[in-house]
Amino acid sequence: MTNTIADIEEADVILITGSNTTENHPVISSGVKRAVTQKGTQLIVVDPRRIRITRYADKWLRQNLGTDVAWINGLMHVIIKEGLHDKQFIEERTEGYDELEKMVDKFTPDFVEQITGIPAQELIDAARLYAGAERGCILYCMGITQHTTGTDNVKSLANLAMLCGNMGIAGGGVNPLRGQNNVQGACDMGGLPDVYSGYQKIIDEAARHRMAEAWGVETLPDQPGMKVTHMMPAAHDGTFKALYIIGENPLVSDPDVNHAEKCLDNLEFMVVQDIFLTETAQRADVVLPSACYAEKDGTFTNSERRVQRVRKAVEPPGEAWDDWKILCEIATRMGYAMAYDSSQQIMEEISKVTPSYAGINYERIAHEGLHWPCPTTEHPGTPILHGAQFTRGKGLFHAIDFIEPAEKTDAEYPLYLTTGRLLYQYHTGTMSMRTGGLNQIAPEAFVEISAPDARKFELEEGTLVNIASRRGTIQARIKISRKAVDGTVFIPFHFASAAANRLTNAALDPISGIPEYKVCAVKVSKAA
Amino acid sequence: MPSENSVLINGNRFSYKPGDTILEVAHRNSIDIPTLCYLKGTSPTGACRMCVVEVKGARSLVASCSAPVAPNMVVQTETPQVIEARRMVLQLLLSSGNHNCAVSGSTANNWTEFQLSVIKAEENTELCPVWGDCRLQDLAFRYQVTGERFEPTETAYEMETANPFILRDFSRCIQCGRCVQACNEVQVNQAIHFGYRGAATKIIAAGDRPYINSDCVFCGECVQACPVGALVEKDARYEARPWETQKVRTTCTYCGVGCQIYLHVKNNRVVKASGAEEAAPNFGSLCVKGRFGFDFIDSPDRLKTPLIKDNGTFREASWDEALDLVARKLGEIKAEHGADTIGFLTSARISNEENYIAQKFARAVVQTNNVDHCARL
Repeated sequence: MTNTIADIEEADVILITGSNTTENHPVISSGVKRAVTQKGTQLIVVDPRRIRITRYADKWLRQNLGTDVAWINGLMHVIIKEGLHDKQFIEERTEGYDELEKMVDKFTPDFVEQITGIPAQELIDAARLYAGAERGCILYCMGITQHTTGTDNVKSLANLAMLCGNMGIAGGGVNPLRGQNNVQGACDMGGLPDVYSGYQKIIDEAARHRMAEAWGVETLPDQPGMKVTHMMPAAHDGTFKALYIIGENPLVSDPDVNHAEKCLDNLEFMVVQDIFLTETAQRADVVLPSACYAEKDGTFTNSERRVQRVRKAVEPPGEAWDDWKILCEIATRMGYAMAYDSSQQIMEEISKVTPSYAGINYERIAHEGLHWPCPTTEHPGTPILHGAQFTRGKGLFHAIDFIEPAEKTDAEYPLYLTTGRLLYQYHTGTMSMRTGGLNQIAPEAFVEISAPDARKFELEEGTLVNIASRRGTIQARIKISRKAVDGTVFIPFHFASAAANRLTNAALDPISGIPEYKVCAVKVSKAA
Repeated sequence: MPSENSVLINGNRFSYKPGDTILEVAHRNSIDIPTLCYLKGTSPTGACRMCVVEVKGARSLVASCSAPVAPNMVVQTETPQVIEARRMVLQLLLSSGNHNCAVSGSTANNWTEFQLSVIKAEENTELCPVWGDCRLQDLAFRYQVTGERFEPTETAYEMETANPFILRDFSRCIQCGRCVQACNEVQVNQAIHFGYRGAATKIIAAGDRPYINSDCVFCGECVQACPVGALVEKDARYEARPWETQKVRTTCTYCGVGCQIYLHVKNNRVVKASGAEEAAPNFGSLCVKGRFGFDFIDSPDRLKTPLIKDNGTFREASWDEALDLVARKLGEIKAEHGADTIGFLTSARISNEENYIAQKFARAVVQTNNVDHCARL
């Protein structure tokens, strides 16, 4: 997030898209609802499903799946045409505006309506509303990113925010809501193929030398590594031999799970380090038991870049160890002596080698976390990014054209499928499905379908159906819901027994490598 | 000369901002005015009258939670008249339902004996589950009040047990309305409201249905706001007394909001979770998973020992054997096929420190940049 969670309530207008906020980030959704009900903030929601947050929306635009670049360009078209853009901000803080203006020229409200299904007047009204705000905040989530055009979608939202001068101010910003407790921290710490901690680039020779020196090795590999979405096919081809998986369950969470299974089975050696014997761990050669969050000290970095303490409350079960200790022991056995007394000692090393974390230590975050970048121990942290200038200097507009999703419906697969989470379960259910009450309320997968579609395909509430895509078939029961839009069904991906990801398309965004979980074509028929 | 925006409380002069209530100025300056219905961050209801104070020139006592400060106001927070009023409020509340923490029915002059008898009776599960962690009980103790002054009232409404998380015991409800404020003004789930009228008043969800059949999403904000034993966690209810548990402040392990949470621990088990009200980003709020989804921690299915697969089945192994095997195999594959045929998936579930060590391990030890995690999935 460029801004903070508390900052959302400072906005005059909030635009939420691709985020089922009340179910996936309930506590953030409360901030949005407080702003709307108590402070007069206006809310625009752009989402195909009638999710609960739409109840609070002044404007709800219902786009066709996978058409986000089109409606965002459409908003910008209207804003520019009506002269509502922030000319001073564009002039002083950005570059590339002319190309953007040229690109969005063709995205007239009528043209956008043809692509997105959003009525032209609705688009115009929403554009005026967002552009009219002194402080406009954009919140988005996986509904924006999990597309083959995910990177384009995000850049388009950044275009929109910059066009209206909504960057670097309280109550503004472009704010991705992170879905996992420490996904921000995993990225910050270099859990990515092309960067060390603090996003220091592998290909930057100076950074590489600094890290090699800090780690006491002669050299470090100088080419970016493979993304997970590329490791899998390489395993399938046999060019990739071993995978060491920590706390992940790709056999439920990966796209096209049938294919992922074959990939993992083809590995010569697989280690899984986890707290449960997950679907993935069952296929491992060695399983190493680790301590869960309540059993160890450390830090997580939340969605707003706030580094917060995790504290040990109970002892781990049996012989489970802290994840870092396991890795240190293996490193030592491989001839690289690695030993730490505590997670605090590791944080001291992190702050030495990571400029954006340099000012962070356990004493400073004992009561309340700090937002990175925090370059010195006197620095108060950075709640709002891009204040005086952008990280790269000037903010760059990207002129982006609309590209259709990778898979379209046809006569054989006439319905779109989109996937997501439920309030009462979490990701692959490894943790949440151990609480009886959560299972009582959300016991199994279902196919959410609109009443007209249910009639069309002669399906009733509770009917057990086969849902098939070009990649696989699962069974689940029909749930007729007002949330569903005609022509699109929704299936939560939590449940391994009816894994929605047996259906999803592994087509990737060319830049981020994110799979298109949010759009694929399916057919639904009564189970025999 | 007193400045324009100043107020005299208990003889001390304090400045204030326009719009501040007497209670806000007092609390900011560490003057303890007791409250029951007041819920920070929500609009004051002035319902319980526990926070009354004496204001010079006012005809009657003033509810400090809802009374804005006026220039040069003179306030006394603990006069005999104030104390008597608070005692009366407490006596009425104690007789309003099932407040059987034994404060009711005893007299102030045998307090020590009374305490002893309560400690003896503590095993009795009919005792209130929040005994020792109850605002009403605390205030009764502070003002040395018992419940025998008025005839106790029978409760007309039955306990609601029809959902897996929250128990609603209307017999202990003092209708302070904190839960209603928490639901409507803090979480804005708008699931519960005051229903009926007069003596029949009840906190209701969706036209008086059980929580499970209403808009309730079981965030538990109402439980955290309840100052008495009317709303309690169903599982934690008789698991542990508050003084038997240790509270450990940590960060929630579910989504990326990073809510600050207290894990309540008894005998090496997490028995309850509550939101940390003093810290960003959640200031006490949680969702259903953060508040109730901690059973996985001591699940019997947790992995407890390393496992090695022999001929397609797992067997338990020692750490030494498992670690040696992993080190040897990774070394062999690296030697035979090259470091870049090995990959590491770090995790959005583990700590920063562990992610850092994981990528250091991949890069410095194995010498590959094949490091990724499920950020995209």
